[in-house]
Amino acid sequence: MAAINRDDVAHLARLAHIEMSAEELDRMAGELAVIVDSVKSVSEAAGDDVPATSHPIPLTNVFRDDVVGHTFTAEQALSGAPDSDDNRFKVPAILDEA
Amino acid sequence: MTEQNSTGISAETLIRLSAAQLAEKLAAGEVTAVQATQAYLDRIAAVDGQVNAFLHVNAEEALAVAAEVDAIRAAGGAEAESLHVLAGVPIAVKDLIVTIGQPTTAGSKILEGWHSPYDATVVERLRAAKMPILGKTNLDEFAMGSSTEHSAYGPTRNPWDLDRIPGGSGGGSAAAVAAFEAPLALGTDTGGSIRQPGAVTGTVGVKPTYGSVSRYGAIAMASSLDQIGPVTRTVLDSALLHQVIGGHDPRDSTSLPEPLADLVAAAKTGNVEGLRIGIIKELHGEGYQAGVENRFNDALELLKEAGAEIVEVSCPNFQYALGAYYLIMPSEASSNLAKFDGVRYGLRVLPEDGPMTIERVMGATRAAGFGDEVKRRIILGTYALSAGYYDAYYGSAQKVRTLVQRDFDAAFEQADVLISPTAPTTAFPLGEKLDDPLAMYLNDVATIPANLAGVPGLSLPGGLADEDGLPVGIQLLAPAREDARLYRVGAVLESLLEAKWGGPLLAQAPALGAESLETQEAK
Repeated sequence: MAAINRDDVAHLARLAHIEMSAEELDRMAGELAVIVDSVKSVSEAAGDDVPATSHPIPLTNVFRDDVVGHTFTAEQALSGAPDSDDNRFKVPAILDEA
Repeated sequence: MTEQNSTGISAETLIRLSAAQLAEKLAAGEVTAVQATQAYLDRIAAVDGQVNAFLHVNAEEALAVAAEVDAIRAAGGAEAESLHVLAGVPIAVKDLIVTIGQPTTAGSKILEGWHSPYDATVVERLRAAKMPILGKTNLDEFAMGSSTEHSAYGPTRNPWDLDRIPGGSGGGSAAAVAAFEAPLALGTDTGGSIRQPGAVTGTVGVKPTYGSVSRYGAIAMASSLDQIGPVTRTVLDSALLHQVIGGHDPRDSTSLPEPLADLVAAAKTGNVEGLRIGIIKELHGEGYQAGVENRFNDALELLKEAGAEIVEVSCPNFQYALGAYYLIMPSEASSNLAKFDGVRYGLRVLPEDGPMTIERVMGATRAAGFGDEVKRRIILGTYALSAGYYDAYYGSAQKVRTLVQRDFDAAFEQADVLISPTAPTTAFPLGEKLDDPLAMYLNDVATIPANLAGVPGLSLPGGLADEDGLPVGIQLLAPAREDARLYRVGAVLESLLEAKWGGPLLAQAPALGAESLETQEAK
């Protein structure tokens, strides 16, 4: 498996929507390289015949009746929002032309 | 300081009672819930400046709930009869669990000042039992850490030595209980965050079977690993609390549908004769501090004398557990934390210059709102889930999860309960591992396998290490849905150890706050 480098971290940070300074990228790349190296052995631990486990205690088909349950009022839902207008969350421009 | 209430129980004595003992005195009318709650609030005021276990103290509401319990008891009748056994017994709640009427921060700047519009299911159940909530306890940011040093609100300190870590991520809950600031607390355990703090603070912590306690309202780190559980001073208290918070919840689709076993009865069984207790070969010895190993051996000796059969089991795939955990947990966390984007709740930071788009606002908000460890894990998880690496990392880690489960299955053919030290070392000094994430991760080497497999684990005090006089934790593990076995064995081991020590281990902890100053003055 390829080692993780500074360019990878910059790309991942963009994907994860976290702005990082040059200094942060350098530091994070070094730290993550050590961590990624330490977990490498995981990819060699299990053969192709071993099934994956996504959940520790398998439960199947957990459904509820299709009835309206508790819902928040608009006021409750917006109570922690940084900005709102007309009962809606308000955000800056979505397109890159502010 | 030794002010007596009407019935002659001093506040000093009151705060040192176990929850079960306090509940008895409340039911017998020897003390009121308001007296007990006030005694704990006074204790918090006296020592939390040193310990920093609480992020928020909920005095007014706690006293109101206590007064309500007292009024019901005083009135007598059916309502008094139907009070829950823990009614009026105060509790602290880890600040990862959402509460109406109090802020919930998850230890992060990104949620500073945020109030949840709903209660977690476990909080609803505490309210239904009329347990006064003393406040919210400190944690590593979003429960990511093993020392509580990653809290955005400053570290919690270990009541046994204020220069050392209280464990993490639930260091606040464990320290609050160890410092007699609360008789009970709630924690969450994703890779050991209840058990490891329990170990290093000389308290009891239980990670129930995955799905045994509803996760609804616990801010998710890794959804397939997270579990809420009790943080207490005795095994019986954990059983009592587990029964309050446990049981099916339709709002958590991973909640187990079957009813809980009688855990309190299990804790009162009083014998371990004929039980097979398995030492996990891979979870002690090399890499474990000598004093930890010694107390572990003492525990084995006591259990053997009590009639348990000690066997050795091998779980060879546990060597991959830590690696698999550090792929699965960040992967799930990177997805779960995507919702903190400055749109629906919490912090919003605007970029200093350039175009003001929502993407740039998210980037600036998450850069300012998240601490280093959270950023590390989000990046790591984004990496492990990215195209080209998914099979090698996340996919392989999920296969290791199967192997770890198979190891447990094989081990539980040979043993009814497994035993190991909870953590490889006692509490380390604050700051020691802060710059070395990998060294920090190794603290969880003995606790992580249980989360990967979903099996329950309990940590209880095993004594003090010879070399540093700090608490050592003993971990018990049982098959999924067999939490009762942990309480049965844990309570027996606890009573054998306390007989040896001549009382609870916490009685040996150093004095704090005004109490320590008074001791000095008396000299």
